[in-house]
Order: sequence, then C-alpha cells, then structure tokens
Amino acid sequence: MSVLLEVRGLTVELPTERGWVRPVNDISFTLASGETLGIVGESGSGKTMLSLALMGLTPTGARRSGQAWLRPRNDSTTSRTNLLAASDREMRSLRGGEIAMIFQEPMTALNPLMHIGTQIEEAIRVHDARCSPSQARRRAVEALTLAAVPEPELRARQYPHQLSGGLRQRALIAMALSAGPRVLIADEPTTALDVTVQKQILELLVRLQRELGLAMIFITHDLGIVAEVAGRVAVMYAGRIIEEGPTRDVLREPSHPYTAGLLRAAPRLPRGVLTPIPGSVPSFDALPSGCAFAPRCEFHRAECDARVPELFEVNAAHAARCILVSEAVAR
Amino acid sequence: MSAQSILAARNLRKSYPASASAFGEAGRRGIAVDGVSFDLARGETLGIVGESGCGKTTLARMLLRLIEPDSGEIEFRGDDFLAARGEKLRAMRRGIQMVFQDPAGSLNPRMRVGAIVGEPLAIHEPKLSRSEQRARVIETLAAVGMDAATLSRYPHEFSGGQRQRIGIARALILRPEIVVGDEPVSALDVSIGAQILELLSRLQRDFSLTYILISHSLPVVAQLATSVAVMRAGRFVELGAADEVLTAPRDAYAQSLLAAVPSFPA
Repeated sequence: MSVLLEVRGLTVELPTERGWVRPVNDISFTLASGETLGIVGESGSGKTMLSLALMGLTPTGARRSGQAWLRPRNDSTTSRTNLLAASDREMRSLRGGEIAMIFQEPMTALNPLMHIGTQIEEAIRVHDARCSPSQARRRAVEALTLAAVPEPELRARQYPHQLSGGLRQRALIAMALSAGPRVLIADEPTTALDVTVQKQILELLVRLQRELGLAMIFITHDLGIVAEVAGRVAVMYAGRIIEEGPTRDVLREPSHPYTAGLLRAAPRLPRGVLTPIPGSVPSFDALPSGCAFAPRCEFHRAECDARVPELFEVNAAHAARCILVSEAVAR
Repeated sequence: MSAQSILAARNLRKSYPASASAFGEAGRRGIAVDGVSFDLARGETLGIVGESGCGKTTLARMLLRLIEPDSGEIEFRGDDFLAARGEKLRAMRRGIQMVFQDPAGSLNPRMRVGAIVGEPLAIHEPKLSRSEQRARVIETLAAVGMDAATLSRYPHEFSGGQRQRIGIARALILRPEIVVGDEPVSALDVSIGAQILELLSRLQRDFSLTYILISHSLPVVAQLATSVAVMRAGRFVELGAADEVLTAPRDAYAQSLLAAVPSFPA
C-alpha cells in the first residue's frame, strides 16, 4: 500500500498564562488508502488537537510546526501538498474535498435551523461551484443513501432535531463524505450514542472505508472500539505517541506500561480484575522532565526522569517510548 | 420480602405528560417506568443497565423518593417508604443516598469542599458541634482517599476523579445503608474510572453498603453487580444473577445489548 498521508514531527503549541504548552508534541505517522489508524488516549492526551491541526482548525494564537504531506490524486502531474503549510484559501478547498472530519456530538456539528439536505448541498457546492441546485439536491440524497439513512428523500427535508442521535451521526457522515475526501478523521464518533447504535455506526464506517478506499484516523478513548475498527493503533499520552503498532499486537502484548495499565483498567466482559492506574494525567504546563508517565509508572527508575525516551522498536512494526523496550531489545 | 432483604420494589409505575411539544395530543401520557419489581438483599449490588430513555434514572429517582411513583410500593428496611411522613421519612431518606454522573455539575461551585460534604450533616444532625461536624467530614473524606487540606478548597480546583470522590463523601457522610450510583464513572477517563470503581468496591466492604448501580455500560456494571437488570422502555426485560445475565441472557434485547459491547482481541 502506498502512503497517502505522511505526518512528520507535527507539533502544536498553545499560549497560556504560564507560557507555551505543547498538546501535540512531535507526532509522526503514515497512513495508506484503505487503512485505519486508531488513536487512543484519555482526556488531555492531545488526540483531538492533533486532528484539529490536520484540519487546519487549531485555535487562534496556536503555533503549528512539522509537515503533513498528502499525496496528489494523480501521482505524476502535481507535487504533494503539505497540509500544515496550506494557505487559508487552499485549506478551505482541502477541507471536505481531501480531508474531512466527523465529531462526537452530531447535534452541535449540524446547523439546527437548516434542513439536513440543504446543509449537505451547501457542502457539495462549496467544492463544486458548477454543480446546479438540482444536481446538488440529487447528490445530497445520494450521500444520505451512502450513509445508509433510511428514507433519504424524507430525511433531507427534515431538521436535525427530528432525527435520532444515530441518524444525525449518519447525516454528518454523509456530509463529511459528500465532496469525496480521501482522508476521514472520526473523533469519538460514537461516544454520545447508545451501544446498539454505536455498533451500527462502527459497522457503517468500516464498510464505507472499505468501499471508498478511505484512509481513516479513528480517535477514541475506548480500546475495545479500536480493536474493532483499526488495523494499526497509536496510543497518546501527554501530547506524544507512546506506543504504536498493529492493533492486535499492541492490545495483546503492550510494550509501554501506560498501554498495559489502560488495558488492565478498562472494564470488559467477561469481568476480570480491574487494576486502576494510580495518579492522574499531568497537565501540559507541568510535564515531568523525562517520561511523562514516569510518576504513575510501576517500573519507574531514575533514568526515566533524565530525558524523554525515544520510540524504541519492539519489532519492525511495533514501537514504544519506554527504556524498558530498549533494554529488552538489547538483551 | 425475604429476611435479609433491605429494599423491595413492587410494580412501580411512573408516567408523564407526553406532549413535550405544544402540538402533542392532549391527554396522552408517556410511560417512563412500567411495572418494575425487585428485591435487594443487604450487601448486594443490583446493576441496572439500559440505553438512554429506558427509564433507569426515573426509577432511581423514585427509589430515593425524589419523585413519587404513580403506583406501586417501595419497602425499605421492612417499612413502607412511600407512606412515610415527617420524622420517619427523614430518617429513611438518610439511609439511601445518591452519587451522580457529573461530579462537576452536582457540587455547588461556590461552596468549599468542607461545606459541601458537611451540608447533609448540618441538615440531618444539627445538634452536632462544629468540631464534631468537622471531624466527621475529615473522617469521611479520608475514607474516599482525600486529605484534610481539601476542606478549604473549591470543587474547580480538583480533577474529575477527585470531584467524584468528593461526591461520594457527601453521599456517605450520613452513613447510609444504600447508595444509588447513577452513571458514576461515565464522565471519567478509563484509568480514573477504574480508581472510582475500586473505591466503591472497598467502601462497600468497609461500610457494609448495599448498592444500586445504574449504567449504560454492561462492562462497568459487571465490575460490581451481584445481580443485573436489563431495562428497556420502562420495564425490566431481564433480571437475574449477574453471572447469568452477563454471559447467557435469555431476553432478545439483553442479548443484542451484550453483543454490541466491543470485544478485545483474545
């Protein structure tokens, strides 16, 4: 599989009263068409800021650095695009056209005063000015059909509040995909939904991703969901990726103590013994000098505080930011 | 009601006017809780699982007599809870307390932690001296893993997990026999939620508590429940021993709920 999106050293800095903080710190990954990368983290891990940075939606005053290279649609003719260097105008056309995002709360992402169909038509016509109103209407209904919205013509003429939470999320997916993006970022898209509805939305996203060959970044706090949707996973803690690899390997044999701790702390069925991780996530303005997880880590030693560990390879596909891994590999 | 039963509900019902919009049919009523019955033995944990709108929170509120059922009976410690009035009602209410989902929303932001946790004491045991009150607050905060320095601080100075501990301390200060937790860990991160579930489990042992744990999450309920009720459209569609309901439910909806839980790779 060839690389569609290549993110290198992505860093986001935000100004605070106590100086600059880095909610996204030196993030690198690659994503191929048809591939899903799960990004797992708790609140304060920087996972949402990472997706906003890729969408060009960081808050005013934020500083971004690094690169996010998007391969051109036609390999030979044009050069690749750096999403982080795109002008506001370029970004407006890239957003939706190349990279789209769906959010946790579909109600707040939709305009409550506009028909569902009108909102999708608007998204379509932003990217295709030559599209006539009747074409846009037809394409909006097609988009709703693609997202498996029952009675798409009827739903297109309804307001968001007339739809259930699950249908609203389908409408949002339809809107996100309406201009034919190649990358879809899903940020906790099922967290606000009931589990039976969640299951349907996850199945829809997996099916659409396969059918359309989308590259998907799936952000969640739920390790069980990652196991169902993502082939590869990156675990974030305090702004950095602390472990990445094939989802099965990372969940079965975690190499970073934080990943292992999260797995032991997650309630699951059949019930097992829960082991909480002591302490709490550090705030970005009070990060330890070395490994950010060190104060909560059962394997903590003096070396951990010396510097931030690099991502050590467990094997060619799996890496973790922990000196225990470098020692295990050296042995 | 069996000998060691502490709480029993018989055929509880609650309806509400269905015309939420001004154009709704007049006189139509929606049913939030539709004939719920159960027996809860002392020291046990009843988990109530269901999706949004199934009536689980309405049921919890009735069990605390925060709202009155249309019909049915609640027997608490062998007494008719719904018929209780005056001093007897006050005494019964002390015995059953609630922990809420959103610790930020359930703690008064203008009150210091000492006052928040001590408030129920001030109401129910006004004869306690200031120093006795303060000692009880400190003791209760210690039981949930918070130190005395917490007393003079405000809720916003704490993390979500710490605020939930404060909410639990407020629920425990009157030494209730039953604690009803309404989604007590759903607003928390995984690593913090596990700390709270462990705390609830320890407090149950230390204070011989009986729990009713309400959640949308089967895995969360599974951590503490000895019996599980699956609720849908106001009814218990399944009620049984936790191990049976969580592994081999008989009701079709309970089965679909179980099947929808994301599974980890084996």
